[in-house]
Amino acid sequence: MKKSIESPEPASREPRLSRRAFLASAGTVGVATVINPNNLVAQPMNPAAASVATDGAEGAVSMTLRINGNEHRLRLDPRTTLLDCLRENVVLTGTKKGCDHGQCGACTVHVNGRRVNSCLSLAVMHAGEEITTIEGIGQPGALHPMQSAFVAHDAYQCGYCTCGQIMSAVALLKEPWGPKDDDVREAMSGNICRCGAYPNIVAAIQQVRGKS
Amino acid sequence: MYVFEYQRAKSVADAAAALAKTGGKALAGGQSLVGAMKLRLANPGTLVDIAGIAGLKGIKQEGAAVVIGAMSTHADVASSAVVKKAIPALAALAEGIGDRQVRNRGTIGGSLANNDPAADYPAAVLALGATVQTNKRKIAADEFFKGMYETALGADEIITAVSFPVPKKAAYVKFPNPASRFALVGVFVAQTQSGVRVAVTGAAAHVHRATAIENALAKSFTADAAKAVKIPADHLNTDLHGSAEYRAHLVSVLASRAVTAAG
Repeated sequence: MKKSIESPEPASREPRLSRRAFLASAGTVGVATVINPNNLVAQPMNPAAASVATDGAEGAVSMTLRINGNEHRLRLDPRTTLLDCLRENVVLTGTKKGCDHGQCGACTVHVNGRRVNSCLSLAVMHAGEEITTIEGIGQPGALHPMQSAFVAHDAYQCGYCTCGQIMSAVALLKEPWGPKDDDVREAMSGNICRCGAYPNIVAAIQQVRGKS
Repeated sequence: MYVFEYQRAKSVADAAAALAKTGGKALAGGQSLVGAMKLRLANPGTLVDIAGIAGLKGIKQEGAAVVIGAMSTHADVASSAVVKKAIPALAALAEGIGDRQVRNRGTIGGSLANNDPAADYPAAVLALGATVQTNKRKIAADEFFKGMYETALGADEIITAVSFPVPKKAAYVKFPNPASRFALVGVFVAQTQSGVRVAVTGAAAHVHRATAIENALAKSFTADAAKAVKIPADHLNTDLHGSAEYRAHLVSVLASRAVTAAG
């Protein structure tokens, strides 16, 4: 009898369980997303995360968070920080975890238009508030002017702090800072770049400020 | 983080009742408390969120005082036209706390209730002779700060506002840690209606008045008079950022700079 030789399944057809998908389902008590059809740009990057079932873990609390114009109904352990909620439960991974203690600024997001460190907030504190992440200010093909300026000025090296830098820089545009480079440095003092791309970050921000 | 129950208070009365019933902690902006909980340095069984209570916000001038609602953020105080006009030193102090992200969340009430040994606001409250208003009483600044992270507040007592008498002149100068912006030493000098008051933060276990410098400045309100005062290093902090002797030296130097800045 001739033995049939099957070609191996292409890797892409295997059911893949990523660490993030696992955490999103195991760590999330429950999450449901109401997509606003008028704001498709700000959809969660991984729609699978929107359908994780509620398992009713002890102590979990229900909340509705408004993120990038979409309402997300979540059941979370109240200990969940806004940062972890964004990354692991809503799967908006543009917001980065650096120090996780409010010192580096990698996790900067906007709450009601003001920049904050999402690692120093509990998600449950922000029910009913307007949360904006890097995914909400621009997308590939439709970048925010600040994102374009960061690209034009090479305002990053490894890129890990970049989303936080850009969220801070966008908020800065509406804050009362002076016109000088030193004012920008002071305004950006909550965002650390270990690569040392500061001169280019300042140049990018100043370009956008000059335009606006 | 240890497990806790989260409650959002709609009013000060709600919050006080919840704190009395649960023995929990009030949560304001969370810029110190959430960090402490992550490090398991704080372990409240219940968190009562008071940040959203509308009656605790707002800044206004009341006669010869500026009254700041406890849940006003540092950014609110820094940008307040009322504060900038009446007590510019206080607006400048708020502008120098942490970074902009922290200033957008951290509150004056939270900072005072926490009473971090290196926090900026306690120096302003003590030097300006402010009054801390709570849901139960009014506490004079001299009676409020009791020790490292200790205040006169009871377990279910909530700061509602802080009333700052407008000084004749005042200035705050700190030597900030370049990373955290916490004061290695910070000195607030004020010429108040009741005399010169000088408060020092960052140097010891908690904010305190530098009476030797106050006495020198009462005789001669000049930078040289402040600088000439030798501060003993006993009981001052020594850590990797600076020795007690260095901090003692800084107290006189920063006081003299504050006198110059006050004009």
